[in-house]
Amino acid sequence: MNDSKRIVMTGIGLTAPNGNNLSEFRKSLLECRSGVKHHEIRYMGLQASGMCDFDEFKYQSKKLRRRGTRAGSISIYCANEAILDSGLDWNSVDKSMVGVFLGITEHGNVETEEEIYQMHQNNLDWRLWSPHHNPRTVANSSAGEVTLNLNITGPHYTLGSACAGGNVGIIQGVQQLLLGEVDIALAGGISESSQTFGIFAAFAAQGALAQHSDPAKASRPLDKNRNGIAISEGGCIYILERLSDAKKRGANIYAEIVGYAINSDATDFVNPNGERQIQCMHKAVGRAGISISDIDIVNMHATGTGTGDVNESQAVRKAFEDSSKTYINFTKGHIGHCMGAAGSLELAGNIPSFMDGMVHPGMNCTDLDPECAIKNLVINEPKFLGNVNYILNNSFGMLGINSALIVKKYIA
Amino acid sequence: MADVRQIVIDIISDIAPDEDVSNLDDKKSLREQLDLDSMDFLDIVMELRKRHKVEVPQEDYPRLASLESCVAYLSPKFAKV
Repeated sequence: MNDSKRIVMTGIGLTAPNGNNLSEFRKSLLECRSGVKHHEIRYMGLQASGMCDFDEFKYQSKKLRRRGTRAGSISIYCANEAILDSGLDWNSVDKSMVGVFLGITEHGNVETEEEIYQMHQNNLDWRLWSPHHNPRTVANSSAGEVTLNLNITGPHYTLGSACAGGNVGIIQGVQQLLLGEVDIALAGGISESSQTFGIFAAFAAQGALAQHSDPAKASRPLDKNRNGIAISEGGCIYILERLSDAKKRGANIYAEIVGYAINSDATDFVNPNGERQIQCMHKAVGRAGISISDIDIVNMHATGTGTGDVNESQAVRKAFEDSSKTYINFTKGHIGHCMGAAGSLELAGNIPSFMDGMVHPGMNCTDLDPECAIKNLVINEPKFLGNVNYILNNSFGMLGINSALIVKKYIA
Repeated sequence: MADVRQIVIDIISDIAPDEDVSNLDDKKSLREQLDLDSMDFLDIVMELRKRHKVEVPQEDYPRLASLESCVAYLSPKFAKV
């Protein structure tokens, strides 16, 4: 294929509850270091959740942090880190040909809750409602904050796609590059969801909020005793370029994006549909022009809910039943559910497998639910494979949105 | 009697925490000395309302231009609260 039609990843900037760059994050995943702790959630008391501890002021002034949002702050940190990591000579980049495409689960809950809380503290005086509320809560705000911070004048927007957001943001970046709309895409997913009590309360109301006296063990996908989701924040933004451009500047290439698919269950608001998930994975494999048995690693979405994990386990088992060499892991045992950031973060956590040949384990699955048993499941201990060529990353979300993304080791 | 000058400086410090407010010239416009935009002035008005129950109608915003004009304009209002 023509190099101008091949899209590669040349920079990664991330913050996760257990690492503020790729090497820290990878180390935590291999060593089963959790980022989930007890945090005080408004009205609800201590809850197991993942918060990030990156330096908010590394790339942003205090004033603009105050004016913006936590999601914007996470995005700005990740975008700057990704650019630095890519080795791009940012001053000479044509900013009108740079686009920002960020997947989000939701946006505006944190800011709206805070305004309502403040109003209640002040005798319901609506005149105290902040003039910043609208720019903070428009759906493009986190991507827009990145453009303001980096003087990017190309397109920017977010992609509301529930917990498939991380994959969807990357896919949008790929498509914009292939269309020639941009030369560089800052693409990925972000989330500030753990800053809002409403999401905790709603998962609690669904009976799907993770609970454990040891917060590091609260999120335990595929385990028989799992009891829900540990809500986390995070972000991961990639620098995507056409292979021709990356080669021209001698860039370090992490991976090539060779396949992707997004589809819809059209069955239920919250319960997943395994058949559609299989169709989504197969469609991505088809687009990559490979076969199921070429996939070395599948990172499951695996959130730690009763129904969701069983559905996805059945889907992955069936989708990969003809492959003996595909190994399966998941990431939310370590970091909880980073919502809109989950897809892009979890993919990043697996990309170093191309270099070190290891599969990081899924964490906290000490008593595997027989209904979730899958061959070649990597849990609690890393597995050395040696040569890893293809990784498939699943990310699914409410209202039945499914996404699968396949990256390939780049060999010059 | 409220120290109106200090009250205004405290608010500016909170909404523009990167700025050095230690050597402001009371006669010069605040925007000449600090990186403040129109949204910052809305924040100043909002904080006066929230913290001190002092109202500044929109037509009077220009009277917050300098520290000196702030003190002249706001002092009678603080005397009433």
